Amino acid sequence: MMFWEDFHMGHRASCGRYVVGREEIVSFARQFDPNPIHLDDGAAEATALGGLAASGWHVCCICMRLMADGLLNGADSLGSPGIDEVRFLRPVHPGTVLSLRREVLDTRTSKSRPEMGLVKFRFELLDASGDVMFDMVGTVLFGRRNPGFRPA
Amino acid sequence: MNFFEDIEVGEKTRLGSYTFLADDIIAFARTWDPQPFHLDAVAGARSHFGGLTASGWHTAAIAAKLRAQAQERLHEVLRREGKPVPRIGPSPGFKNLKWMRPVLAGDTITFESEVTAKKPIASRPEWGLVFTHETGHDQFGRAAFELTNCVFVERLEG
Repeated sequence: MMFWEDFHMGHRASCGRYVVGREEIVSFARQFDPNPIHLDDGAAEATALGGLAASGWHVCCICMRLMADGLLNGADSLGSPGIDEVRFLRPVHPGTVLSLRREVLDTRTSKSRPEMGLVKFRFELLDASGDVMFDMVGTVLFGRRNPGFRPA
Repeated sequence: MNFFEDIEVGEKTRLGSYTFLADDIIAFARTWDPQPFHLDAVAGARSHFGGLTASGWHTAAIAAKLRAQAQERLHEVLRREGKPVPRIGPSPGFKNLKWMRPVLAGDTITFESEVTAKKPIASRPEWGLVFTHETGHDQFGRAAFELTNCVFVERLEG
């Protein structure tokens, strides 16, 4: 089990593998984001996407799943207060294979909640050729192994 | 949304309300965010959230769904009046998404969207960028969710 103390600025790691299927793209879009660009090849080809592409919210959810499986469920994760920025850098077309890379940008303690600490990450989703498709800077709360202890 | 030219900064749209039921919270979390406080009422009650809590991405996905439905209602009106319907393109991203308080099983969140800025795209004259500030408040009027969103919208005089 990893605690807040186990995260160090600059640390990078990669994990996971997720194959994005055509049916999954369409069914997520039907449920949550029924824009024609996520449902129909023709409509998507008429935009900069150049063909059917996953909803950005779908890509966020895939990132979340890879984070949960590869990081958070092995740690004392306490959820997230928010995301600074998400950028959809390239369209995620059917058949794309994604993996998750993370980098610790900052760690700090919480004055009001000494039992937890905050870790700011950059998360990136890479395709099989290593191109960055998506990036996100956001904060995760973790439980502390030594609540309230402040290193000098 | 309307065509880029017809959208006014300051325009507010009520997107609608959604009640997060335990079964839906758990089903979403099983697929996308399998952490104990999103999957199990007892684990949720023991956590600092104090109960079964919706994944933050569930809240965001519901905001997307209500936004799409509001848009479809507007486009239906345009079609009925015989007017052209704008294409709504992809989003380059979003900023400052905040989950201010947990959305617990049984909470009803009401979402609203306000246009905050518009920007024509020199390199792509048929599209413009529209920025919105979107919020979600619970049944007691407390802010639970917000983000600054951004989307490509078709221009009439492209």
